[in-house]
Amino acid sequence: MSSYTFAAPSSVDEALSVLANSSRRGERAQILAGGTDVIVQMRSFDNEPRLLVDIKQLAETNEVSIGEDEIFIGSAIASGVLNENDELKRLFPGLLESADLIGSTQIQGRASIGGNLCNSSPAGDTIPALIVNSAVCVIANSDGNREVPVEDFVTGVGQNCMSSEEFLIGMKMPRPPARTGDAYLRFIPRTEMDIAVAGAGVSVSFDDGGTCTRARVSIGAVAPTALLVPEAADALIGTQVDDSDLRAAEAACSAAASPITDKRGTVEYRRKVVGVLCRRAGTIARDRALG
Amino acid sequence: MKKIHVSTTVNGQQEEALCEVHQSLLDLLRDELGLTGTKEGCGTGDCGACTVLLDGRLVCSCLVLGVEAEGKEVTTIEGIAEPDSLHVVQQKFLEHAALQCGICTPGFIVAAKALLDKNPDPDETTIRYWLAGNLCRCTGYDKIVRAVQDAAQELAQSS
Repeated sequence: MSSYTFAAPSSVDEALSVLANSSRRGERAQILAGGTDVIVQMRSFDNEPRLLVDIKQLAETNEVSIGEDEIFIGSAIASGVLNENDELKRLFPGLLESADLIGSTQIQGRASIGGNLCNSSPAGDTIPALIVNSAVCVIANSDGNREVPVEDFVTGVGQNCMSSEEFLIGMKMPRPPARTGDAYLRFIPRTEMDIAVAGAGVSVSFDDGGTCTRARVSIGAVAPTALLVPEAADALIGTQVDDSDLRAAEAACSAAASPITDKRGTVEYRRKVVGVLCRRAGTIARDRALG
Repeated sequence: MKKIHVSTTVNGQQEEALCEVHQSLLDLLRDELGLTGTKEGCGTGDCGACTVLLDGRLVCSCLVLGVEAEGKEVTTIEGIAEPDSLHVVQQKFLEHAALQCGICTPGFIVAAKALLDKNPDPDETTIRYWLAGNLCRCTGYDKIVRAVQDAAQELAQSS
């Protein structure tokens, strides 16, 4: 454990040059934000030497900006801090609730949405909630920032599309149109402090007449990565999102899932539950949009 | 073994220490600064025994690197009592026998006080969810929740 080193750069450029130097020397570098995954991993199964690069001193990773067209959330902001932002809560209640499901008060004092995304677990609760809000990852790169939709960011279990010389600055989302609502639900065997058996996020928008004009549905913990389910969205678009429409979306989610059997649940159980969660999250999202 | 100089404020007092990168804030507090009130339970952020405030926010000190405390303000259980008396939350834990072995107690008290500072009149559900990250294997939680409720009541009467 003696061979860890630490850097806390104060600008994006400095962080990129620290990562580039480390890569040039053939040394492993790892980004540290809230540390609630990284520090646990380095004390258990992954204790190989590395440079830890703390990105919490950067202005960009701590920024929240709520623009007319676009909302940006810095990657390193603790979920406990985000959940005190009433305007964000009003714009993306489902996204903030997904962050609020993760960990205890203490964990939420450190854990960030950006970290949840970069940890790239199949069961990361914020990932489906980001996907349904059309979130795009803003990735710092020495050639300038590049942007990747969240549904394309995670590439496998614990893997994402960033190179060792890049890091996530934050996520940006289009401002939800009028009459839009989002929701995320997960199932765990108790009410707190557990990892999703299955999860589903829904965002829906309606026109003046109450017809759904836009829908995004995403499911988690039922495949190697969170999935965008266009078939479920198609089942809702053009409808009133009533019970029978939601049942069609439910069926589409169950069909799209490709879960595994493990200690948290079986294939059959997860496939069933993820559909039910989609239906229930869809009901909440609809009521929020029309409420 | 390279050590990094860390300058931090603990319970209002400026502290200096030399820290290796892998050392946690918990290690820094206990081993370098001799503040052994903060306990290590699981070491993985699950039990809350090592709860402290970092710049006013509750964290598990086992999941914070010591070097991350640079320039920050840390409040530990040693900073909770009044100069001449226990804090009401501490007093109520004693009165309600809300502790047995005592390992989880500093974490519970730091977390419960933070709740009452933020929300002086929490209902039982709020208290239980707020303290969901603090595990106690002795008391069964009921006495702890009663102690926090009683502390809230007493703080309301005295203010």
